[in-house]
Amino acid sequence: MSRALSLLALAPLLALAAPVQAQTALPPAPYADRQLDDPALEAKATALMHTIRCLTCQSQSIADSNASMASDMRSEIRERIARGEEPEAIRGWLIERYGDWISYKPTAEPILWPLWGAPILLLGAGGALAFRRIRHRRKDQS
Amino acid sequence: MKRSLILWIPLAGYLVFLGIASLGLNREQQTVIESRMIGKEIPGIDLPAASSTNPALSTKEMADGKPRLLNIFASWCVPCAAEAPVLAQMAQQGVRIDGVAIRDARADVDAFLARHGDPFQRIGLDARSTLQFYLGSSGVPETFVVDGKGVIRYQHIGAVGPQDVDTLLAKLREAES
Repeated sequence: MSRALSLLALAPLLALAAPVQAQTALPPAPYADRQLDDPALEAKATALMHTIRCLTCQSQSIADSNASMASDMRSEIRERIARGEEPEAIRGWLIERYGDWISYKPTAEPILWPLWGAPILLLGAGGALAFRRIRHRRKDQS
Repeated sequence: MKRSLILWIPLAGYLVFLGIASLGLNREQQTVIESRMIGKEIPGIDLPAASSTNPALSTKEMADGKPRLLNIFASWCVPCAAEAPVLAQMAQQGVRIDGVAIRDARADVDAFLARHGDPFQRIGLDARSTLQFYLGSSGVPETFVVDGKGVIRYQHIGAVGPQDVDTLLAKLREAES
């Protein structure tokens, strides 16, 4: 009973607290955490957001980050996709401003050629090794 | 003999990989992302007024012949309060400073200016970081030098300390030519 009374006494304080909070906290950007109505467009936007790096929490994608800059960027991307922009064009727009760093998708820049070349080289080396082994064994058997 | 040497190659490769990986672990995780917009024209964006005292900011009007600083700040940002006296001192020396308040509310900007001083001519409200994305800016505070033709000439990342004033003044002089 006394607990209920004290809660009642607090009620006007709560009513006071709400508008104060509303003044300081800006509501998040419209499409920060709201999906686009068209599922196909939303899928496009989400796929892009998972490969764009958050500027604040640098080891997360903007899709995973709660940083306010990441939510602003999610909203920006969803709105651009809704306007009909292509995901790769948006990625290009961001890279133009922040450099390759912002994108998790590797580019074909010369610095990354070893990365693309390594699998081919390793497969080749492994294949040559296996080939020689097999040939040796055949010779031993015969 | 040759054969046994070859056998060691995978282990050596693994150790090289381990070495590179452990070096990577010790590296500074947070990298400073510099804008790629330096040397380019500032994108034209109209922002509403962020405070009750300063007029709104349009980056389209920056090609007016004289260089200026464009300071990205926010009332909720602690280092921004720390750099306020330095900016005030620069404004007193006659440096033109325009401000962009990121994700802010008018009452908060007013309170911030009342408390920390107002070195700004115009202050635009960038409620959703739009201008920040256009500038390639990755946080608050940041300070850009924009020349009289509206071209971004320099970016200072982080709070402006007393030790940065000379550099900024030099960049402003460079931007004048």
